[in-house]
Amino acid sequence: MKTSERIIEILLFLSAATAVMVVALIIIFLLKEGIPVLAKVGVANFCLGMNWNPIAIAGEPSYGIFPMIVASFYVAIGSLIIAVPLGITCAVFLAEIAPSWARSILKHAIELLVGIPSVILGFIGLVLLVPFIRDHFGGWGFSILTGSIILAIMALPRIISISDDAIRSVPREYKEASLALGATHWHTIRKVILPSARSGIVAAVILAMATSIGETMAVVMVTGSPSILPDPIYDILDPVRPMTSNIVLEMSYATGDHASALFATGIVLFVVVAVLNIISHKALKSKMGTRR
Amino acid sequence: MSEIEIESRNLDLWYGSAQALKKISMAMPEKKVTAIIGPSGCGKSTFIRCINRMNDLVKGCRITGELLFEGADIYGNDMDAVELRKKIGMVFQKPNPFPMSIYDNIAYGPRVHGLRNKEELDRIVEESLKASALWDEVGDLLDQSAVDLSGGQQQRLCIARTLAVKPKVILFDEPCSALDPISTAKIEDLINMLKHDYTIVIVTHNMQQAARVSDHTAFFLLGELVEFGKTKQIFELPDKKSTEDYITGRFG
Ligand SMILES: Nc1ncnc2c1ncn2[C@@H]1O[C@H](COP(=O)(O)OP(=O)(O)OP(=O)(O)O)[C@@H](O)[C@H]1O
Ligand SMILES: [Mg+2]
Repeated sequence: MKTSERIIEILLFLSAATAVMVVALIIIFLLKEGIPVLAKVGVANFCLGMNWNPIAIAGEPSYGIFPMIVASFYVAIGSLIIAVPLGITCAVFLAEIAPSWARSILKHAIELLVGIPSVILGFIGLVLLVPFIRDHFGGWGFSILTGSIILAIMALPRIISISDDAIRSVPREYKEASLALGATHWHTIRKVILPSARSGIVAAVILAMATSIGETMAVVMVTGSPSILPDPIYDILDPVRPMTSNIVLEMSYATGDHASALFATGIVLFVVVAVLNIISHKALKSKMGTRR
Repeated sequence: MSEIEIESRNLDLWYGSAQALKKISMAMPEKKVTAIIGPSGCGKSTFIRCINRMNDLVKGCRITGELLFEGADIYGNDMDAVELRKKIGMVFQKPNPFPMSIYDNIAYGPRVHGLRNKEELDRIVEESLKASALWDEVGDLLDQSAVDLSGGQQQRLCIARTLAVKPKVILFDEPCSALDPISTAKIEDLINMLKHDYTIVIVTHNMQQAARVSDHTAFFLLGELVEFGKTKQIFELPDKKSTEDYITGRFG
């Protein structure tokens, strides 16, 4: 083999190895910083504890992040409730109905939406949506609902483009078979195309959920910050503190066990997002499996 | 001579600016098998996809001339493509069962058309599978996924699925080109049976197949209908030199 090719191969290997190393180092660092507190209070107490009081003036500090885990899932699931029906409808329109000029306009609009930095969305949420919710629905304006709406806007383009791909990769033969049997286009979409694209769409939804749970900036600006469960538990107008907010809000002054507890929050966050990502990949794989 | 079921008169078709069919005029009689033969790219699929308006899906496809089904203009303003396709079924080149159970595949059409009664559906499924000579092989496996069947079984399932809608016409676009000789023979037997009840139009690359199953044969070349007549006559005494060349395998 020529030396130049050999060198290229080595360089390629090195850059791949670097990427893996970086990920590994981040995980190791996260674990090293977070584990002391987890060991001290116990994983179960940490994850299920109701009380977050890291700088106790009198008595022992306590590190319970259960309300924040709930908050993270609340806003993420809320965003899905808004974004999934809209996103799938939009994807069906894009893939099956839109004429090519409309398709290209929409595609560009969606790309623009992806490009909006989350801090800008958060800012818009803060100055427009928070007062709007406060005036028309009540509460503080900082709320689960507000966070869900902002996250839905962020999740929408992702759901649309993955679902669009999934719908477009349904074999044309299925569509033709259905139409040739005298089914309408709409019936064909509902009974053949969407079921065939299901695993791709499910993957899109789970991925969107993982991203929503991991989203920080926009969320911290519009959901508020109390580290307690909403009261009553279903009150979506209550402010909450998702896990990401917890880290952002306190990292600037945390030291010792408190800092470690923030890293531990990061570990929990990381695990949740990783599990969702794995499920999403599994969903996509299973589609390949049945395709034959 | 039986009634004419489908008739095309001076049918022209363009894909964008490319003309794929030129002045096609032919009449397909009721309850007979009409074969369409010709070299690749000569417009055979294009022509039969006009009959059930599958070409509606193709952007930039333009058609002039007349195409009549039972005397009504297939491309007329008052023709509903969805209704038309209930009467004119189609079996494709590549077997394309839905990724569902065998039962659901066959019940798909009747359900589309509003049938919900379970006993009635059961009866149609059984009837259709029997009519497509598949009942003995899969009668006990109705809940099994259709994509697990062999290619030949899948194709017969697609035929059963078409029969379940009770069409008058069945279009076959090279139904055997993806199949082994035994499966092919089974499908040919089936077509010979079905022609007692259905008008059949079949595109095929296989001369022997055209000779075996069809009553009439049309020979297409470069978008034109070169010759159309009784199969026996086309094969034994073709009018045109190019037909003879094609049939005897001298080109194509
Ligand atoms: N969707 C389409 N868009 C543009 N051109 C097309 C389309 N489908 C077919 N054509 C063209 O029309 C001509 C006829 O194609 P058609 O598929 O009808 O041929 P065929 O006789 O069925 O060939 P084969 O035996 O290979 O199936 C070809 O030149 C083909 O390239
Ligand atoms: Mg063809």
